[in-house]
Formats: sequence, C-alpha cells, structure tokens
Amino acid sequence: MAGWIFVITLVLALVAVYRPFGDYMYRVVTGKRNNVVERGVYRLVGVDPGTEQTWGVYARSVLAFSAVSVLFLYAFVRLQDKLWLSLGFDPVNSHVSWNTAVSFVTNTNWQAYSGESTMGHLVQMAGLAVQNFVSAAVGIAVAVALIRGFASRGSGALGNFWVDLTRITVRVLLPITALVTLIFMIGGVVQNLSGGTDVTTLTGAAQHITGGPVASQEAIKLLGTNGGGFYNANSAHPFENPTTWTNWIQIFLLLLIPFSLPRVFGRMVGQNRQGYAIVAVMAVLAIASIALTVGFELHGAGTVPQAVGTAMEGKETRFGIPDSATYAAATTLTSTGAVNSFHDSYTALGGMMPMVNMMLGEVAPGGTGSGLYGLLILAIITVFVAGLMVGRTPEYLGKKIGAREMKLASSYFLVTPALVLIGTAAAFATGNNSTALNVGPHGLSEVLYAFTSASNNNGSAFAGITVNTPWWDTALGLAMLLGRFLPIVLVLALAGSLARQKATPESEGTLPTHQPLFVGLVVGVTVVLVALTFLPALALGPLAEGLS
Amino acid sequence: MRLPNWLSQHLAALRALLVLTVLLGLAYPLAFVAIGQVPGLSGKAEGSLVTMADTTVGSSLIGQAYTDADGNPVPKYFQSRPSKAGDGYDPTSTGASNLGPESVVDTLSDNPDDASQSLLTQVCERSVAIGKLENVDGTRPYCTPDGVGAVLAVFYRDGLTGPVTRAVSVNQTADPFIQTYAGVTVEPAVPGTDYVAEGGVITPIRGDAPDKPAVPADAVTASGSGLDPNISPAYAELQVPRIARERGLTEDAVRALVKQNTDGRALGFLGEPAVNVLELNIALDAGK
Repeated sequence: MAGWIFVITLVLALVAVYRPFGDYMYRVVTGKRNNVVERGVYRLVGVDPGTEQTWGVYARSVLAFSAVSVLFLYAFVRLQDKLWLSLGFDPVNSHVSWNTAVSFVTNTNWQAYSGESTMGHLVQMAGLAVQNFVSAAVGIAVAVALIRGFASRGSGALGNFWVDLTRITVRVLLPITALVTLIFMIGGVVQNLSGGTDVTTLTGAAQHITGGPVASQEAIKLLGTNGGGFYNANSAHPFENPTTWTNWIQIFLLLLIPFSLPRVFGRMVGQNRQGYAIVAVMAVLAIASIALTVGFELHGAGTVPQAVGTAMEGKETRFGIPDSATYAAATTLTSTGAVNSFHDSYTALGGMMPMVNMMLGEVAPGGTGSGLYGLLILAIITVFVAGLMVGRTPEYLGKKIGAREMKLASSYFLVTPALVLIGTAAAFATGNNSTALNVGPHGLSEVLYAFTSASNNNGSAFAGITVNTPWWDTALGLAMLLGRFLPIVLVLALAGSLARQKATPESEGTLPTHQPLFVGLVVGVTVVLVALTFLPALALGPLAEGLS
Repeated sequence: MRLPNWLSQHLAALRALLVLTVLLGLAYPLAFVAIGQVPGLSGKAEGSLVTMADTTVGSSLIGQAYTDADGNPVPKYFQSRPSKAGDGYDPTSTGASNLGPESVVDTLSDNPDDASQSLLTQVCERSVAIGKLENVDGTRPYCTPDGVGAVLAVFYRDGLTGPVTRAVSVNQTADPFIQTYAGVTVEPAVPGTDYVAEGGVITPIRGDAPDKPAVPADAVTASGSGLDPNISPAYAELQVPRIARERGLTEDAVRALVKQNTDGRALGFLGEPAVNVLELNIALDAGK
C-alpha cells in the first residue's frame, strides 16, 4: 500500500510542476535576453548569440562539441595519474577509457569500471560530471531545435546551438542541481575531497570509508538523466542515496525535465493542448510500465524469490521492493540508468520490464530532450499511418509529412533496433556472450540488456556480465555512439526540412493531434512497433525464463 | 589569417568545453565542498562517521560485518545482511551478487576455485546457518535440510516428455534429499558433469517447508550495494533472544534499544521500516 502511495505522490508532484517548470524552460529557450554569465561564456567561446543556424550548421556544432568532448574525456582518464586527486589510481586502460568517454558524452553513462576503485576525484568532478551537465543540455537543445522546425514559418533557421547549450546549462540545470546538492547533503550524501577514512569496526576489522565530491555529481546524475554513479553500487550506495526520502527525490528528479518538456513544445508551437497530448502518451506508457514492474516484483515469481519469500536479492532494506521497482521502471523509462537495486536479480518478468522500457525507445518520458524528440518522431509516424488510412497527405502541426520527412523518421526508428539486434547477434557469433555470469535464457537476457541499454543511451545494466574486455568495450562504445548521434543528425535534418516549409492551414481532412484518439494511436503505434521488432528476442530471453 | 570553417568550429567547441569545465567541474563542486565544511553539515559531508571512546568505528550509513577473523558471527552483536561487497562490507568494492531468479544449479568441483554456488544454494545455506545460530527452524521452500538448493535434473524418455528415466540431485554429491522421483531412484551429482547439456530438465523441488520461513528474507539475501546499514525489524526481533542471553540483559531491554534505533517509513509511506545495525550495536556496547 505504501508503495502505491509512493507512486501516486510522484505522479502528483510531476503534475504540479508541469506548467510552471515547463513555462520556465520555455522562457529560457525562447527569451531574447542573455544574462551576465551567458554573455561571458559567449565572449570566451567567441560566438555571436544573435546568429541563427540552419540544420546543417546546428548539427555540425553538436557533433564538433561532442567530438571534442570525447577526446578531452579520453585524454583526461588516460592521464589521471598525472593530475591532482587521483587517489593513487592508475591511468585507465585504452578500451575502458574509450568506452567511458563515449558513454558520458552520449548521456549513456554505461560504466565498464567500478567508480570507487578506478576514478580519482578530479576526473569524476571535472571530467565525468561536466559531461553529465552538457550531454543533458545537448539533448534538450536538439529537442528544442526540432520544435523550432515545427514552429518555423519557412525561414529554415533552428536557433543557435551555443546559445541553447549555454542557457540550458546555466539557467535550468545548474540552479536546480545546486539546490538539490544541498538537499542531498542534508540527507547524508557525502561531499568532500578526502581519499577516505580508515576505521576499525566494532569487531576489530579494518574498513575503508570512501570519500568524494558525491553530492554535486549525484544531483546532475539524476536531473540530466545520466545515471553514472560515483560508486559502483550507484544509487543503492548509502553515500549516494542514504534515505527513503532522498530516494523519492531521485526518482522525481530524473522524471522532472522529460515530463515537463512537452509543455515547452506546446508553448512553442502555440497550442498548449498539443503538449498535453504528448505528455498524455508518455504518462499512459509510464504508469502502465511502473504498475507492471512493481506488480511483478511484489508477486515474486521464480525459484529463488519463492525460496526467499520475496524478491529481496540485490535490494536495500530501507527502500524495500515497491520503491526499488519504481526506481527501476523510472530509470529505464527515462535514459537515466541509475539503479537503487540490481536488475539482474529481479524476477524474470520484473527484470524484463526495464528492458521493454528501453526498447520502447525511451520515449515515456525518455531522456532529457531525447525522449521528446523520440516521441515526436513516433507522432509523425502515427500521423503518416493515420493518413494512409483516410487517403490524405498527412500533416502534423501544419507541416506536411512528405516522402523526405518519412524517410528521416523511419531511418530514425530503425537505428536502435538494428544496433541492438546486430550487436546481440555479434556477441553470440563471436563467442563474447561467454562473459555473462548466468547461463541459458538469463544469459541471453544479460547480453540483450547490455546492447539495449547502450544503443538507447540508458546505461543501466544486468550487471552480471563482464563487459570490460576489449571486445565489449569497443562494441558497446560503438553502439552508444551510433545510437546517440545518428538519431540526432536525423532529427536535425527533419527539423531543417520542417523549418523550410510554410505552415499549411488546417482542413477538414486534417487529423486532430490533440485528442484522446490521437493519444491512443501513438500509444498503439509505439507498442506495435516495439513488439514487432523485439518480441522474438524477448521470447528467447526473459519470457522463456519467466514462463518455464 | 582566416581558419577553415571546420577548424574554427572545433576550436569554438573546445573553448566552450573548457569554459564549462571550469564553471561546472571546478567552481560548482568545490563551492559545495566548502559549504560542506559548515558546522551542522560537515559531519554528513564527511561521511557520517561515528566515534566511540575517541576511535572512529565506522559510518552510520555504511554497514559492517559483525564477524570474527574466521567469518563466524560474533554472538553478542546484531548481525547484518549477507554482503557481496568484496569479502563483505568493503566500501572499496561495492556491488551485488547479480545472480538471477533461476540461478539454482551449483558448479561442483573438487577444486574450490572452480566451484561456485548458485543463488539458491547461497540462500539455503544462510538460512540453515541462521536457523542454527538463533535456534529456529532454518528450512525454506526449494532448500534441502542440509542447506543447498533442492534441484533435480530430470531425464525423460522423449526429451521433454514421456516417462522419467533418470533423476540427479544436481547440487549434492552425497545422499540426495529425496530417495525417488516419479518412481526413479535419485542419484547424487558427479562434480564436473553438465546435466543440462546431457538433456536433463532442471526441476526445483518445493519440499514441505513452511510458506513463511522463520528466518526473514533480508537475512538470507545480499543487498544491492553490499553496504546495507539496515536490517528489517523482523530480523532484529529474531536476534533479540540471543543478544539478551549473550549480554545478560532482559529481552525487553534489548527490544527497547532496537526500537530506539528503528526508523519507520518516512512520512508514513516512503520505503520500509529499518533498523540501523551499527547504531544499535554501539548502543549495546555503551550500555554494557
């Protein structure tokens, strides 16, 4: 019962902030004025904030910024032993460095390393945590560029990437992060530069209590739907997530921006009801998924959960089962991938739900920005399917969905399934699946989960698979890179194509895209597309395990 | 001189990254490290360390193992949950078992380095050990009385159907936990044999253990972090008689201390009630 109240309070809190916070973000991305910090950044970077970019320039700016970020982060972790606060750790090896650099720049935060025994404090705060901010800002910027494509009256301009990046970072991410850092510190999350404290336990054993600037990284890890933990145990670690109420705040934070961005969409296209329709699609899928995950975990099917009595393996006493399952669902519905319990030990069907959530393409509500643009692509596909049914040229928000738009939208949708299925097949074909801890259907689930998580830029893991081998680091790094930037380029190309169109007035044949019928259609299209793509793979993994 | 377009774009990107690194990667976290020095906040920012008689004995947020050098429970202390962080409660190696719900077949081998226990056997073994320590019934469903997973590899004449031709108790090398299965004598397992590859169907046997075992769930499962500072009130209650006996206290006195160190659900609906084991054990030591 307490578990359901937990879920309901989260829903109510998100409903309460939807309008005010969405309106605030709308003003940030559309406002004309730049504050003093922002003007300083523009001057140092050497960009003119007044310049509008076409989709090509916008995309090249995104790619240039991300390429530089990958190289910078790679060099940072490779050279960490030469820098301060390295805690005596060795430089990270080349394949883990590549994997980590790509992982944090793509907002995936898949971790092929164990934080407390690999990364020094400086790398964590000035390398990894910085990407937590900017990769989230990049996602929001791309989503905003796509909305500008819809809202444009034919100019072809999508705004300025550097302005979007700076404003979102300075006015949205940083203030909330700072506030939450303080709240987390009050809750007991550590924030120091200590290399740790050696203590003698009550029974006389030695224990090394770790330190680190954790609170400042923890807040953005969730707000930016990043998910890369300071420590290996991520948000199960008492220093990252010490209390039951910090746990609630963590889930709220990771849902906050993705669930509020549809308001920005509605405001920018001038029809708030369009935002409500999009958020309704997200909410329907999210609530169904959370309810199923919590239900499966509470039911506790499977031999070990039956022997134990409940599915407590891999879960913390203070969180218990419903709050852990809610976290698991929320972290995979968004692109966060932080965990407060270990999904590998979930019941077969409870563990399948996080995978299904990621396979949905993380659109309910998805990552910061990436969730909104993913869902808008699905809305375009829905408009097209509905247009075929009534035999009219499909249009969405006054923009015609023609051959070019549909090619871009379908290519977008094909990227992740291709990466997931080809990657999983390649792991088995090359024998690299043998690093999985479990055998049989559960072993397939572990491999499938890894590629699903990487390609969707989630970063959570069925952790019982050894992934820091050269093959896995390289393959998952490629999956993350392609899974992030191919869709981004396609979205921006689509935005450019929409932005060049003049608005077409609505006619009688136009499908209204703000009514329950449309919401139902988008939900249906999403579920059908995912089912057709992934059902065979799921049948061999978690379904086989859960039904046998 | 005018730089080529692509180069100037990457230089702008590098400048942007460096500016943001200074702002987000240095100024912001270091400001909060400084704020963490403020009295009232500093204890928490440093890791909620607990001292007893001028010695730092741990962190109230990080669990400990209350075992002796050989790994046996020290009976005068409340025991924590099982831990998969390093050798147990090691903050430099946090993590979980990551074994799945159908991890039920042990890898048996004469060489201990090659042998590994399934999650089911780990649960069964812990349950029997705790049952013995606390003088309660340690049996569980799907567990043998000697504390391994009660699992058969069953061979059918036609693969998955037909009469049973053979049955092997896959986790036991000596006397199987049941004599016969479907009329066939159950054999013990031979280490190093893969009965699944030979066509055996893995069949866990529920047995007649009670639905609600006397040893609570958290006592037989490892947490996600491996550092869980808490146990459930049920597991604390199970340990009360032993603690009272070992310390010469009344059970009610021990229960009162348990209650003092129990956090209920915050606001009535967040999380689960939990007992802080370190603070409880310190309270016991302080009152001795």
